[in-house]
Amino acid sequence: MNKRTLLKGAAAAFVLSAGAVFADGHEPTKVGFVYVGPVGDGGWTYEHDQGRLAVEAEFGDKVETVFQESVPEGADAERVMTQMALGGADIIFTTSFGYMDPTINVAKKFPEVKFEHATGYKRAENVSTYSARFYEGRAVQGHIAGKMTKSNKIGYIASFPIPEVIRGINAAYIHAKRVNPDVEFNIVWAYTWFDPAKEADAATALIEQGADVILQHTDSTAPLAAAEKVEGVIGFGQASDMAEFKPSPRVSSIIDNWAPYYIDRVRAVMDGTWESTDTWDGIAPGMVEIGEITDAVPADVKAEAEALRDAMAAGEYHPFTGPLKKQDGSDWLADGEVADDGTLAGMNFYVEGLTGDIPN
Amino acid sequence: MIRLERRPAPSRLWAALTPALAVFATMIAGGLMFALLGKPPVEAIRTIFWDPLFGEFAFYYRGQLLVKAAPLVLIAIGLSIGFRAGIWNIGAEGQYIIGAILGGGVGLAFYPMTGWYIFPLVVLFGAIGGWAWAMIPALLRVKFNTNEILVSLLLVYVAEQILASMSLGLLRNPDGNGFPGSRNLSAYEATANPELIAGTGAHWGVVAATIAVIFAYILMTRHVLGFQIKVSGEAPRAARFSGVNPDRLVIFCLGISGALAGLAGLFELTGPAGQISIDFNQGYGFTAIIVAFLGRLHPVGILLAGLLIALTYIGGEAAQTNLGLPSASIDAFQGMLLFFLLAMDTLSNFRIRFGRAKVA
Repeated sequence: MNKRTLLKGAAAAFVLSAGAVFADGHEPTKVGFVYVGPVGDGGWTYEHDQGRLAVEAEFGDKVETVFQESVPEGADAERVMTQMALGGADIIFTTSFGYMDPTINVAKKFPEVKFEHATGYKRAENVSTYSARFYEGRAVQGHIAGKMTKSNKIGYIASFPIPEVIRGINAAYIHAKRVNPDVEFNIVWAYTWFDPAKEADAATALIEQGADVILQHTDSTAPLAAAEKVEGVIGFGQASDMAEFKPSPRVSSIIDNWAPYYIDRVRAVMDGTWESTDTWDGIAPGMVEIGEITDAVPADVKAEAEALRDAMAAGEYHPFTGPLKKQDGSDWLADGEVADDGTLAGMNFYVEGLTGDIPN
Repeated sequence: MIRLERRPAPSRLWAALTPALAVFATMIAGGLMFALLGKPPVEAIRTIFWDPLFGEFAFYYRGQLLVKAAPLVLIAIGLSIGFRAGIWNIGAEGQYIIGAILGGGVGLAFYPMTGWYIFPLVVLFGAIGGWAWAMIPALLRVKFNTNEILVSLLLVYVAEQILASMSLGLLRNPDGNGFPGSRNLSAYEATANPELIAGTGAHWGVVAATIAVIFAYILMTRHVLGFQIKVSGEAPRAARFSGVNPDRLVIFCLGISGALAGLAGLFELTGPAGQISIDFNQGYGFTAIIVAFLGRLHPVGILLAGLLIALTYIGGEAAQTNLGLPSASIDAFQGMLLFFLLAMDTLSNFRIRFGRAKVA
């Protein structure tokens, strides 16, 4: 008997016992969440945890949620997921890209448990993937940033050079450039999702180099705190509203709203209708929200930004619409052509005008 | 009045007793902290120390204990040899990374060939990678008398940059849709480092750690080199007079600790972690320093210390998911353990006297 069958046996025993108790109507559906940062990060993980709380609020004592925060992306993640599965979880949300292989591995050992992996691309019979079209929010940010900058220098704190992040840079740049042809992007790679000290350093360095708008694809509020110290520098909430920095430096935000999706998926498990899917939702279904644009932004800019948001929500406008060229000058999208999801999902190039190389 | 009186030699009885006392004190203080957090203290302590060993899912956790302890012990054994000689390799984390990259790179170069000789070759290059990275501070110290603490530590950050570059560039999985990270080496049969006995968690790294403990024990107690190491640490001048070549000792100590750290990285890569990714290293190289001192720089002590630290990690994770303890409280708990251990050292080095000091 090897470990795999042993685990399968344990899982099966659990399903059986859970089923037996469920007949009495006492056993709640157990939902697990694996977080990459602390729930108090005020950004990415915070919003996933809000989703978890929304699941609790929706289903009351019909669900039991468990979570683990600050789980490293690697061997430890596999153990944490196994722990949850052994503990009787019916569905487990793994909320960072780096959990992809661990999720697939653990899912193989627990065929009865449903897994939901955020921002990855590997699926299985009991593994779904889900992500949000954050780049739609980036387009709105880029527009505001291009209009607001006086130095024409925009600082961008990037995390890892993965397609999701590159997509965000491109979307922001295209829309900043459209309203301000002189705009320049200065991109710093932090190689972390959450490290307040590193993020603050990056923001300070960018500001010292003349940037007066800071965009961030990292999860803490540290860049906003750094921007707050310098007169005239603005930034945006990332993943969460970061409302404590209103009205400036935080002039708007991209909010990830996972709650409706989590509620849907947990309900599907309860109803027995859960199936492996790939979800990629944007502003229209409400997975991506644009946080309030404050009065620090002139009324006309605010109105334009909101119109842009509404056009994307209505499906009338796609942020990657041609004509667009790649950084090397080669053609990418013809006039009026819209990028397909496959290219976007694997995006590994800058659009024309961005300087510097994607690190590798 | 209570006084401390230095013992002529550290008490062996107290040296053996203090770790147990420290664990006990940690349970009390940690329990108090958990109680203040509004969690049941006894249950929390039981979840951390008891459940992984004897609880319902111990069949899984016991194996995980070995998985977690193996790299710690392997690295700490190498470090302890140098520490005994007063040669401070603080950069095991970097050697761990480079060992994994070089060994993993060799393995990937063979992909998709099969052959029994690939895995031994990969292991060999893992050791060579770690050894070579440790030779940088070793040679700099021998030739230019630089400080090996600083050089080895700073090389960790260099290694991390190389790791990021490898995951994004040279070693990136060509079938990975542009996402960072190498092919999965534990899924590639020729380089896989699987469980040797199903259900035990024991992979080749566990075997290597066991062998390292035995060899270190023989080296330190039975071999002239072990004697030279100890003399150099305790009385460098005396060592010089007795014919010890300090340069060769530096090369040997840094080389052996580097090679063991490289091996640890390689076994972790081909086993539990699977792929070279930006977040591959999880701080084993730094935690191993703590393990080395916790184990009193003695091979058997290190073995026990490695298992104890692994237990607090695994039990701590379980306490987070099962009881909803914040991850920071587990870090604090581990910190308490070290704090009490160091504090209790007073008992082995000093005698506690009640009453007034005698006037000499």
